[in-house]
Amino acid sequence: MLNRTLVPDSMQVNDIKFIVPQQQQLDNGIKVYTINAGKQDLVRIEFIFDNVNFDAAKPLQAVAVNHLINNGTATLSAKDIADKVDYYGAFLQTEYGADQSSIKLYSLNKHLKAVLPILKSILDESVFPQQELDIFIQNQKQSLQVSLEKNDFLARKNFAHAIFGNSSYGSNISYADYDALQQQDLLEYYAAAYKPENCTLFIAGKFEQSEFELLNTIFGQEWNNKNQSVKNHFAFSAAPKGDILIERPEAIQSAIRMGTMGINRRHSDFAGFQVLNCLLGGYFGSRLMANIREDKGYTYGIGSAVVSMKDAGYFFIATEVGAEVCGNALSEIEKEITILKTDLVPSQELDLVRNYMLGSMLGSLENAFSHADKFKNIFFSGLDYEYYEKYIETVKTIDSQQIRSLANLYLNTDDFIKVIVGKK
Amino acid sequence: MVNFNRFTLANGLRVLVHEDDTTPMAVLNILYDVGARDEEADKTGFAHLFEHLMFGGSVNIPSYDEPLQRVGGENNAFTSNDITNYYITLPAVNLETAFWLESDRMLSLSFSEKSLETQRNVVCEEFKQRYLNQPYGDVWLKLRPLAYKEHPYQWATIGQDLKQIEDARMEDVKAFFKKHYNPQNAIMVVGGNVKTEDIRRMAEKWFEPIPAGEKYVRNLPKEPLQTEAREVIVKANVPLNAIYMAFKMPARNDESYQSFDLLSDVLSQGQSSRLYNTLLKEQQLFSDVHAYITSSIDEGLFVIEGKLVEGVSVATAETAIWKELEKIKEELITVDELTKVQNKSESIMVFSELNLLDKAMNLAYYELLGDADLLNTEIDRYLAVTAEQIQQAAQQIFVKEQCSILYYLIAKDA
Repeated sequence: MLNRTLVPDSMQVNDIKFIVPQQQQLDNGIKVYTINAGKQDLVRIEFIFDNVNFDAAKPLQAVAVNHLINNGTATLSAKDIADKVDYYGAFLQTEYGADQSSIKLYSLNKHLKAVLPILKSILDESVFPQQELDIFIQNQKQSLQVSLEKNDFLARKNFAHAIFGNSSYGSNISYADYDALQQQDLLEYYAAAYKPENCTLFIAGKFEQSEFELLNTIFGQEWNNKNQSVKNHFAFSAAPKGDILIERPEAIQSAIRMGTMGINRRHSDFAGFQVLNCLLGGYFGSRLMANIREDKGYTYGIGSAVVSMKDAGYFFIATEVGAEVCGNALSEIEKEITILKTDLVPSQELDLVRNYMLGSMLGSLENAFSHADKFKNIFFSGLDYEYYEKYIETVKTIDSQQIRSLANLYLNTDDFIKVIVGKK
Repeated sequence: MVNFNRFTLANGLRVLVHEDDTTPMAVLNILYDVGARDEEADKTGFAHLFEHLMFGGSVNIPSYDEPLQRVGGENNAFTSNDITNYYITLPAVNLETAFWLESDRMLSLSFSEKSLETQRNVVCEEFKQRYLNQPYGDVWLKLRPLAYKEHPYQWATIGQDLKQIEDARMEDVKAFFKKHYNPQNAIMVVGGNVKTEDIRRMAEKWFEPIPAGEKYVRNLPKEPLQTEAREVIVKANVPLNAIYMAFKMPARNDESYQSFDLLSDVLSQGQSSRLYNTLLKEQQLFSDVHAYITSSIDEGLFVIEGKLVEGVSVATAETAIWKELEKIKEELITVDELTKVQNKSESIMVFSELNLLDKAMNLAYYELLGDADLLNTEIDRYLAVTAEQIQQAAQQIFVKEQCSILYYLIAKDA
């Protein structure tokens, strides 16, 4: 007779294998990192450019360039570009991030030869037509109007601005910033940022030598873009603290976002802090979820995270709770943090989190794309694969005393920025 | 190509195995053939609430999540109008834990009052977060009952209102479990670094002892042909006027389904699509505009929605949409347009093979549609669609008398 109360045998994840990319270089010096793996005849090619020349008076300059880069070149209209890319079943995505801007191409290998020249035109001869810029400004302002009606958006925006001020990590974008966008500013930024010296290529999927040669033929020569640039660098003094309440009388839920500036991936405590974060709010079984969702039923979800950027890091807790229980939720969050600072985490719970995190790490290495993403994380932090070895070691060996010390070091709620949008 | 082996247990549980040795992980996906369409009109939102209760402990295992996380696994679930789907991903070496957990909750739940009370609250907060506390969040709560008068697609999976969720009782929960949560109504897919013989052995060990239960025979009312234009005006505290147009379209297994899917792609997929270029870029009437289908198993919806540029009248914007619809009814799409949407479909299919969980979910869903093999031949059906068939699809549904329009307007303008 089957005994269903007996837990089946299991084992801790031991063997996590990372695929290290092959490093090559185009004739003009662009570094290319390739994870050539996978059974499908497809490939993802990412052109990543560091953000440069940040001007607080023009916080949307880099964003608009990234968004509009595929909206018209010297030889192709916005419609031509879209038609051609779509015709070959490819996907072209632009992505603006805190430290880098990227253009990603997803394509079947059989269409690569047809699609890459379009990409070259986008990367080196975009013209940012005034009409496209006007449409962009109009539609982005409308989109901002809708976002400003969302409590979680307001919480995110105000939290980032409170911590990071007018740096690119915290810009408090307004309608006026859109209105101030000028075609000339876009052209200047484009010529400064989208050039070979500022570009790194990450390729994942099926990618053989013949394809590398094709790539080199198209992208390995001199480019038109060659304006001067200085990579963005931000320095922050002591983290600000305090409460921000944005009242929304009709809200039936309040958005809460609280946290503080913290460490980034380069800091030796970062891995330990991730374990601490996981315990507090980093997975479904976390203390915040167990208490505030699964016991009290105050919310659909609550979580916390540590975020690593080039020149800073931050920690935050975020949730949306019933407006009438907002005060209760805040005190329960406070309570959970206090417990982590005073009591030792039981070994049963810590072991569970270890196994969970190792399983997650293993599961996050699913395909060539995810291996490339893992490499990008360390590459842009100036680290190597030893980082992951140390991370895994920390997850396996960190003890309850260390967790408590980290909580006392990094989770001082008196020093937090606390943003509430809705009703307190 | 997603390979699989398939067998059925004595109690009727269908099992599919997808072997993929490129990953150290495994997925266990269970699709229950029950969705919001199977609810009673006075107990809507129940299939989804029930999904939450499936995590509240089972008859022999007090906590569902804890033992799974302890072996490095993760899980989640979703409910649609058609199905309820549960999935686990975990290191393949610990797969038996997934069998243990999933089989126990198929056997029976613990039916804890505390869990019911908490999850009623959690679902009410989900209702508020996703549908009530967002600009335009309640569109589907209003559009569904406009488009459907008989079929239970007239309510959203979250339910008609908070009240019906608050009123859910334990006896309803038990009855729902008995009716829908048995091996005959489920399809299990196991994928990843696994071997079919091992899966068969574990399935027989953990799932075969579960009683077959009674077969649920679905008998839903058919939606009558709509013969009058329907409209409703909502005035709310939103920043932009918006239009939502819904047309009924054939069921998922209808042979013309792929023509409708491609029709929506011609109109709206990507920056080369028609609506994006004419209505957003050229005429600048909308700041965003989309056409898409609900892909419902029964007669579904073809939806066109857009937010208007400030200063544009609703009548102008609507007329412009109709003009595009009339055009695609009158003129065949070009050869390039057809090739484009077919190439795109092919790409999407190939890219979806990168993700183990997607493959497992797709196998389960196509098995529900009739045969998991349909997944591997699906692209052929897309490639076989002709420009004439897309035109016929447009002519069939883009008719004013069969359209349900929701005008979502700025309160102060109305």
